Amino acid sequence: MERRLNLPINESQARELRVGDILFLTGHVFTARDEAHLTMLKMREEGDALPFEPGEMALFHCGPVVRAAGDGWDVIAAGPTTSFRMELFEDRFLEAFAPRIIIGKGGMGDRTQEAMEKVGAVYVHYTGGAGALAAKRIERVEDVYWLDELGMPEAAWIFAVKEFGPLLVTMASDGGNFYKELEPRIAENMKAIAARIDRS
Amino acid sequence: MSNQTIRNAVVDALRIASTTLPDDVFNALKAARESETSDLGAAQLDAILENVIIAREASIPMCQDTGLQTFFVDAGVKSPFLAEIREWISAAVVAATSQIPLRPNTVDPFKGTNPGDNSGRFMPFINWDIVDGDEVRITVLPKGSGSENMSALRMLPPGVGLQGIKKAVVEHVVSCQGMPCPPTIVGVGIGGGADIALKLGKKAILRDIGSAHADPQVAAYEREMFELINMSGVGPMGVGGETTCLAVHVEYAYRHPASLPLGILIQCWADRRARVVVQSDGGVEVA
Repeated sequence: MERRLNLPINESQARELRVGDILFLTGHVFTARDEAHLTMLKMREEGDALPFEPGEMALFHCGPVVRAAGDGWDVIAAGPTTSFRMELFEDRFLEAFAPRIIIGKGGMGDRTQEAMEKVGAVYVHYTGGAGALAAKRIERVEDVYWLDELGMPEAAWIFAVKEFGPLLVTMASDGGNFYKELEPRIAENMKAIAARIDRS
Repeated sequence: MSNQTIRNAVVDALRIASTTLPDDVFNALKAARESETSDLGAAQLDAILENVIIAREASIPMCQDTGLQTFFVDAGVKSPFLAEIREWISAAVVAATSQIPLRPNTVDPFKGTNPGDNSGRFMPFINWDIVDGDEVRITVLPKGSGSENMSALRMLPPGVGLQGIKKAVVEHVVSCQGMPCPPTIVGVGIGGGADIALKLGKKAILRDIGSAHADPQVAAYEREMFELINMSGVGPMGVGGETTCLAVHVEYAYRHPASLPLGILIQCWADRRARVVVQSDGGVEVA
């Protein structure tokens, strides 16, 4: 079903979401790719306070193109990056900070799925490469962290978004997994493909 | 004619490539949308097409991953400008990064630092071919890493033959599922050595969608792999659907009797490319 959600959402709201739901989000999201994840996890391990509260926002796997404009920034393009790179540490990140919604593309693995079930979170798919379309739904840049150290793509950008979507829930806290549901169909098709190759 | 003119022409080519999808790709995506039977797959293609139109009208990059700026230069041996080409391209990439803007995507693998302007050791990378004539043709392929990360090299035993290559290509592309941002263009390089197969695969991506290889046997082989990949049901962005790839392009070199190198290169739907031709009198065309 289609759901328009205001961020932040709490654990029980996250646990109500199911694979196949289409979300439109209003509120704050933060971007984090490999380096921002590692930076935040290291700060947590060392007992340092984070400059923002990741659990209050959606986590967006994104390395945007932004341009300085006056005192602030304009977002030029901001589609999702390949989420699977973050499989290495996303389970630890979920347990440390509990963002309830992860926005990305391509899906994630079993470790992340298990952590989402434990913590109460979902993974949502956004169309890969649709950077100009995504930028239109970003109202403004609220802040940016670790820009000098990590550079534009890897920094943590805080965006205020309005009706950000459509986002397709593909991994849910009840164990639902869109990619796993698709796999048997693809495997079946691969049998027909293999048979045709064998005949050639 | 001045160096400034030619540098600006390369900046223009980078702008066209980043913001405007070539007609052959746009039309192939539209055709894929019309034939899509999966609602989820159709929704992905709708978002892609809407995104492409927004980017073109606003002259902004269609994808936030504006890629590594990769150049293919056919340098005519009689061109008077051979000494300047590298400098034009390097200066144009730095200028384009702030003007378009492009995302600064070059990182020092040892220090982790990003110079912020897409420059760096061996960057932008230029693939050179010395050709007859007095023109210089510069093709830019800003290729994102989502699809580049799905590249593969197989050193196959020659005994598997053409059937084995076909199987390896189809299995690999299907196993990538949504990660390279399908529908994709698959470049297949066969023969030569390991590096040559990969380079031929990348050059094959540059061909227009809808074009067939000049050799009818190779063209039929391309068509066969295209049909097989689209039987998989992976679909747009891996959510399921009819179109997993828009084209398969093959390029080949002769091989060693004991080697069958296979390079598989995948280009995401944002198949961005543009070309600058520099005539010997300094005239410049950008397309």
